[in-house]
Order: sequence, then C-alpha cells, then structure tokens
Amino acid sequence: MIRLEKRPQPSRAWSLATPVVAVLATMIAGGMLFGILGKDPVEAIRTIFWEPLFGEFAFYYRPQLLVKGAPLVLIAIGLSLGFKAGIWNIGAEGQYIIGALVGAGIGLAFYPLEAWYVFPLMVIGGAFGGWLWAMIPAYLKTRFGTNEILVSLMLVYVAEQFLASMSLGLMRNPEGHGFPGSRNFNSYEGASSWINENAGMHWGVVAALIAVIFAYVLLNRHMVGYHIRLTGEAPRAAKFAGVNPARLILFCLGTSGMLAGLAGLFEVAGPSGQVSIDFNVGYGFTAIIVAFLGRLHPVGILLAGGLMALTYIGGDIAQSNLQLPSAAIQVFQGMLLFFLLAFDLLTNFRISLGKPEVA
Amino acid sequence: MDLSAINPVLLIASLMVAATPLLFAAIGELVVEKSGVLNLGVEGMMIIGAVAGFATAVETGSPLLGFVAAAGAGAALSVLFAILTQYAQANQVASGLSLTLFGLGLSALMGQSYVGIKPPQMQKLDIPVLSDLPVIGPILFGHDPMLYVAIAVIAAVWAVIKFSRIGLVLRAVGENHDAAHALGYKVVRIRIMAILFGGACAGLGGAYISLIRVPQWTEGMTAGIGWIALALVVFASWKPWRVLLGAYLFGGVTVVQLNLQAAGVAIPVEYLAMSPYLITILVLVILSADKSSAPAALGRNFHAAR
Amino acid sequence: MKLTNLMTSAAMAFGLATAALADDPTKVGFVYVGPVGDGGWTYEHDQGRKAVVAEFGDKVETVYVENVAEGPDAERVITQMALQGADLIFTTSFGYMDPTINVAAKFPDVRFEHATGYKQADNVATYSARFYEGRAVQGTIAGNMTKSNIVGYIGSYPIPEVIRGINSAYIHAKKVNPDVEFKIVWAFTWFDPAKEADAAKVLIEQGADVILQHTDSTAPQAAAQAAGNVITFGQASDMAEYGPLPRVSSIIDDWAPYYIARTKAVMDGTWTSGNTWDGIGAGMVGIGEISDAVPADVKEAALAMKAALADGSYHAFTGPINKQDGSAWLADGEVADDGTLAGMNFFVEGIEGDIPQ
Repeated sequence: MIRLEKRPQPSRAWSLATPVVAVLATMIAGGMLFGILGKDPVEAIRTIFWEPLFGEFAFYYRPQLLVKGAPLVLIAIGLSLGFKAGIWNIGAEGQYIIGALVGAGIGLAFYPLEAWYVFPLMVIGGAFGGWLWAMIPAYLKTRFGTNEILVSLMLVYVAEQFLASMSLGLMRNPEGHGFPGSRNFNSYEGASSWINENAGMHWGVVAALIAVIFAYVLLNRHMVGYHIRLTGEAPRAAKFAGVNPARLILFCLGTSGMLAGLAGLFEVAGPSGQVSIDFNVGYGFTAIIVAFLGRLHPVGILLAGGLMALTYIGGDIAQSNLQLPSAAIQVFQGMLLFFLLAFDLLTNFRISLGKPEVA
Repeated sequence: MDLSAINPVLLIASLMVAATPLLFAAIGELVVEKSGVLNLGVEGMMIIGAVAGFATAVETGSPLLGFVAAAGAGAALSVLFAILTQYAQANQVASGLSLTLFGLGLSALMGQSYVGIKPPQMQKLDIPVLSDLPVIGPILFGHDPMLYVAIAVIAAVWAVIKFSRIGLVLRAVGENHDAAHALGYKVVRIRIMAILFGGACAGLGGAYISLIRVPQWTEGMTAGIGWIALALVVFASWKPWRVLLGAYLFGGVTVVQLNLQAAGVAIPVEYLAMSPYLITILVLVILSADKSSAPAALGRNFHAAR
Repeated sequence: MKLTNLMTSAAMAFGLATAALADDPTKVGFVYVGPVGDGGWTYEHDQGRKAVVAEFGDKVETVYVENVAEGPDAERVITQMALQGADLIFTTSFGYMDPTINVAAKFPDVRFEHATGYKQADNVATYSARFYEGRAVQGTIAGNMTKSNIVGYIGSYPIPEVIRGINSAYIHAKKVNPDVEFKIVWAFTWFDPAKEADAAKVLIEQGADVILQHTDSTAPQAAAQAAGNVITFGQASDMAEYGPLPRVSSIIDDWAPYYIARTKAVMDGTWTSGNTWDGIGAGMVGIGEISDAVPADVKEAALAMKAALADGSYHAFTGPINKQDGSAWLADGEVADDGTLAGMNFFVEGIEGDIPQ
C-alpha cells in the first residue's frame, strides 16, 4: 500500500525537479487531449513549445515573449510576497486597471506636451493608483478583519466599471469620431513606454527584471523578507518574534498593488496603446498561476512567466496553424498548475510502499 | 424617470430566480467550509455543471436529467480538488484556483458544439388556484421546480447541521481536525464527502443558469458568480438561512439596478452596475465583526501524523 | 535590430515570392473577436468566409483565429497571419483598428480590410454595413405591432453605430405610432446571454412588448418566448428557430458578397483601399423573413420600406428631424450626410434618457 510520510525537511532535489516534471506531465496529458480533439499531439506540442522559440518566425515571436511575459512576471512578483505570508491578493486585475487609469490619465492631461517628466510622472501615477486600490482591502483587513480575498476580488469588478466609464467619458479621445477609447499612446512619443518595439523591449520589461532582483534581495537579505517567510511558515513563531501583522499586511498588499498598477501603466502606454473598455485581459489572474508555478520564488517566477508566455503565444500559433480551439490552451494552462500542485507533494512527503502500521 | 413603471411583484419574482444559482453554490460551499476546507474552485464547478447539464438536457430532451448530470459533473470536478488537498496536501487556495481555471477551459472545450442551441424548457409550476393569486401567486407559486429545490436544500442543510449527529461531526472536523481525529472520526473521509456535496450543489447552480435563467450555453457564462457565492458564505457567517437572505439581497440589487436603468433613473449606468459589488464589500465589512463564527480549522490542511 | 529588419524583409520576400507564383492559392485570413459558434456577429463573418471558400474552391486558402482579444494579442495574431503568407486579412472588430494599421505599415504588400473602423491606409480598407436601414424596417414593424406602446431596446455600448440604430428605429416607429416610447438598457457587452436575458426580462416587466437588441445572443428571444406576448427581432443572424413568434424578423449581416468581391479584386490585382458602407441595396444588410405573426398590412409596409431603402429612393434619416435637445438637425426633405452619421453621438427628439458618458 502506498503511504505518504512527511519528510523531516523539504527535499531540495524534488523542489527543483517538480516544475520540470509538471511541465512534462502536462505535455503528455495535453498531447492526449489534443489527440482526442483530432489533432496530431506531437505536432501540437511542438507548435506550442518549439515554434515560438526556434521556429520559422521566431525572430518575431521571441520579442513577443518579453511583451507577454513582462506584465505577468511583474504582477506575480508582487503577489508572491503576499502569498508567501498567507496574504491572498486575488484582486491584482483591479489594481492593474486602476494603475493604468491613473497613469494614463496623467499622460492624457499633459497631451500634447513633450517633456522629459511626462513619462516618469505617469509611472508614479500608475504605481500610486495600484497601491491605492490595494490599500482598500488592506485597510479593511487590518481594521475590521475583513477577508482580503473577497474584497480585492469584488474591487476587480468595480474597477472594470470605472474603466468602462472612463473610456466612454472622461478619457475618451476627442478626435475619435465618438468611439470609445482614449488617445493612442503610441503616437504620443513622450508618453510611450516602448524602448524598442521590434525587440519587444519596453519599460515594463525593465521593471519586471528589476522587480525580480528586488524581490530576491528583499526575501533573502532584508528583515521584511524574513518576516514574510516566517509568517507564512510558522505564524505562531512570527507572533512571538514580534512581527507586526498589520504592518506586514499593509506592506504586502501595498507592494503587490503597486507592482500590478505599474504593469497596467506600462501595458497601456505601450503594447496596448490606449485605454479602451476591455483592455484588461486577465493578467491579474494569470499572474496568480505564474506565482505558484514559480514556487513563489523570484527566479522561479521569472522562468514561470516565460513559460506561461510561451504557452500563450504558442497557443495562438496552434490556433492559427492547427485550428486548435482557444479553450484547449486554457485547459492546458489549468493542467499545468494542477500537475504542479500535485507533484509538489513529493517535495514535502515521501512515498513509501509497505503495510500500514497498526496505530 | 418613471419609477412607477417598476412592478414590485415581478421584481421580487425575478429576484428569486436571479438568486437561485447563488443559493445552490453558496449552500454547497457552506458545507465544505464547515468541514474546514476552503474551496475557491466554485466558479469552475459551476461552469462544468452548466455545460454538463446543458449538454445532457439537449441530448436527452429532459432538463431534469440535465440537472442530475450537472450535479454529477460538479462532484466529479471536485474530486480533483479533493485529491489535491486531502491526499497531495496541496495549498487550498492554489488548488481551488487551478480548479477554476481548469473548469473554465474544459467547459469551453466541451461546450463548443452547443453554442447557440436552444435547450428543452422546464415547466413552471402552475397550481390551479394558488398560482393565480394576485401578489403571492407569481412570487411564491409560479416558479420552476429547481427554485424550490434550492430552498429545500437550505432547509435540509440547516436541519442536518443543527440536529443530526452527522452535522455535529462535520462541525467538529471543521473546528479542530486534530481533536476530531483523536476521537476516531475519519477526517479525510468526511471532508471528501463535504467537498463532493459542495461540488454537486455548485454544479446544480451552474445548470440553473444555463437551463433556466438564460437559458443558453456560452463559454464563461457564469461570469464570476462563483466568487460572489464565496463572499455570500462569509456574509452569512456560515449560517444556512442567512445564505438565503444574502442571495436574495445580491440578486435583488442586480435586478433592481437594471430596473432603475430601464426606468430612466439618472444615475450613470456604470455606477449602477458597480452597486452589487460595493454593497457586498460593505456588508462583508459590517459582518467582519462576527468572524468568530468561522470554522477554526478553515483552510488548514490535515495530515495524520504517525 | 538590423538583423531583425533583415529577417523581416527576408520573410516578406519569401511571402511575396510565394504569392507571385500565379497558381498558388490566394491566402485569406480572418481575425474574429468572438467564437464562430456565437450565432451572431462572428458566426456571420465565418459564413462569409465559407462563401469565399465555396466560390473560389482551390484557388483560395482561408485561415481564421477566433476569440482574439483586442490589443497586443490582436497585433500578434495579425502579424502571424501576414508572416505566414496571407494576401488579404479581414479584421472583424472595431477594436482591431490600431493593431491593423500598425501591422499594415510593416507589411505593405499585404492587404487589410478592417470592419467598422475609420482609419485607412494604402493597404487598409474599411467596411461596414448600414445596419440603421435594417432598424428602420424593424421600427416600422415595432411601431405598428406594439400594444403597450413601450418598445424595449437592449443597447451594447454607446457608440455611434448603436446610437444610429436606436435613432433610426425610433424615428420609424414613431412615424407609424406617435405614442410609442422607447426604454433603453445598456448591457455594456456585445455578447453575454445572462446579462441580455436579465435586460430583456426587466424591459418586459416594465411593460415592453417589443424587444430590439444590439447584442448578439438569442437570450432576449428566449426571455420573450417565456413571457408570451412579446415580439423580438433576430440580431446579426436570422435566429429563425425562435420564429414565427417571438422573432418576427431579423437583421442579417451578409458579408459574403463583399468578401467574395474583395477576394476577387486581390486575385485580379484590382484591389484598392477605400471605405465601403453598404446597406440593403448592396446585399450587405439582409432582412430576415417576416413571419406570419405579423399582420399582412404591417408586413406590406415593412417590405415597401425595405424596397425603398434598397433602391435608394428613401434614406432612413430624412428630415424634418430635431436633436433630443430640440435644436434642428435635418430640414424637411434633407438627408443626413455620412459624416454626421458616422460620428453620431446624440439622440433624436423624443427619446428619453441620456447616452452614458
């Protein structure tokens, strides 16, 4: 009989191997799924994982990986800080939207002025907007003990309504023939977040990399990082060690909100180009998966973000070339997380075969 | 602005219909949480139920079979969650989220050939004298059978939790799983049963949307209602009858804001559309004071140490 | 960067070389904002694609991607299609406007057709249908058939196209029935059956016995059917399974003639950019079979209106018409110009309520 025995210490080897095993398992299961759908499994998997990196048009797809992956990594880093401490920010999507609105609003207010300070102000605005939106669940949790999962989630829907209101009203492009949506930032040089469009480089990518480094340093070298990890792994011990729970909540939610807001701003001032009714495509939720895929570790998140971006872009190619339905890719991504969580148990538990001992 | 155009009787009747999917999902989740497990995968289970129920109803021509299939599908998906959290000791929040994602994708895939199809209709209750009563008729006696089933489930859950031994054991497992285990109760088995029940109920809620409320199948049609159900459980302080109240409140706000729009009220549409969510937050805050009623072991994994 | 440019040109040259071979099939790409199974907007575009395949057989090769979100994803999908050798790409949603222009700039030898947009380029044409003509026919039927004098309208987004539709329907309903009143609910979605069902139910509860919709699902028809004595009109597709009641007619987007014509133009080398805005006459706007639930005289009036719109003898926006605030817009006999119509952001006199801002 198969039994699970808790390991005295989490196995390092398995902790590194689990994501790889999970990806392999997903490839196999996903391949079977595609086979059931009538597509050649090997071809499908190859299209998703190989094409974007080494295929015929990889020179175009590789930069797209940066574009797609940057907001995911940026948001996921922020989320991971909270998740590690058991603080669940599920409303990153809302913080992303509000950050984009505030930052874009500042940019539009300055239009058509071309000055060096326009973009930095927009960045500050984006960070502030996201931070502010995350402060609502943070405050409610510290003051009233309200569940932050639900509040932050409700605020996503509220933020989406604000977005609709802004793109139809205040931020609508006066030269847009009455159509909803703001001016396009791509035509406003001083406010665009692109550095090099062909190479897929925009300030969001830079910010994502900086965030990874920042998070690594914070978690491993700084007191706050220590407090975060302690609260997550041994809450009672944390209390005895003098960790102030309220401050930690404010810090974690605030930081994740800020990073999500920044991601929103960089996205709207670059790849997306304009504030439109539905410019948000669910990065806030996908980032949750990326955070877990990356085992809540900064470098892991960087790799996981790249992997997720790969499945998105590869998925698009598969849709186009193989007529694979877009839903199949969603299932694929869900399976990835599922397998990761399932195999994760091997890090903390050891499988042993044998007769159960009489209690 | 013509508020007199709003018909209160029809409003209440619609509100009850709008609230029923929430009722199903929330009461199921309440049982799950009472046993100490936090299942964030409600949205995934609801939509799997929606597609399974729809597909079965269309193929067999019977909405009732559709509901049965929906309950089964919801329970089947929740088995994955049970395996992850009870056996693989995975983090409950992440597992629930992965279930939601998986459920959304799988349902879209399964439902591809069913988009735009008309499902068989369920007959509304038509009791000869009672349904024709002026005010009470449409409100109490003119609905489809599943709406009454939802209320019956709430009553049943309340009775079982309050009066029966199983209910007591459930609560014990949720409050302190180590003590319950020491007393000889099979914690894992009870939690799995609770999870299955929650999955089945969520499936029923989803099928209600695709078979009665809309009725149609589209991918992503639950549109976040699973999350509202989660909020409802907290709102209701884990008490079954309060779930009824909360669901009607939320369903009510949703229906009222549309009515206000149609009546030409001057509040901008976007703010009206925000109102259900803002009100939910407000209520959550007010009721946070009652947090002492959350099952103490909620969200913590149980592993019998040997 | 230089390498990228070099490789881009290499790919383009490759693509061009392939296209230059006369017996290579013309590759036509379609980018859809929703699923082809939506039974509405995207479904009809896909019907257009199928018509192209049926018409040209082996001489054409089509490819499509559905559920493409507007924004950077759209730009990537369009670029993908261009890289893989498409000669003509149809982008079927307003939100694809900037992505289409951006990609078109990078691929000057590929031709693009953007639906419902207003930005053109040498290799980007725009096209749309005069749906408001269909609304005029619907308004005529609605005004005649409503008994409660309340018509419910489910609007999607307050953009010019939707406002044109509301105005046109109202003007023509009022012409045959001066007591008619329009109640408008904004769903803020193009396709969301649950929201549309709720909106329809609310309108019916507030007394409407005709439901017009600018959203794409059949949910309002189902709600109307459940209510009993409410009539509806199919939107974007015929929705004939709900006829003869509640669905009494419909507006059908028929993109096939246009798509076939444009594909042929690419094959013949006669394609040029421009803006096409066709109505009933050119076959782009189809009026669904008027069901038997409609009284004979009303049906006759509706068909007469349809014929007049088709041959151009009548324009749906003919004065005298005032704006909602009372100011004069069109004088007696004056016809609205395309420019005003394209950017229409005001209701006509008589419609209550504001356009959401």
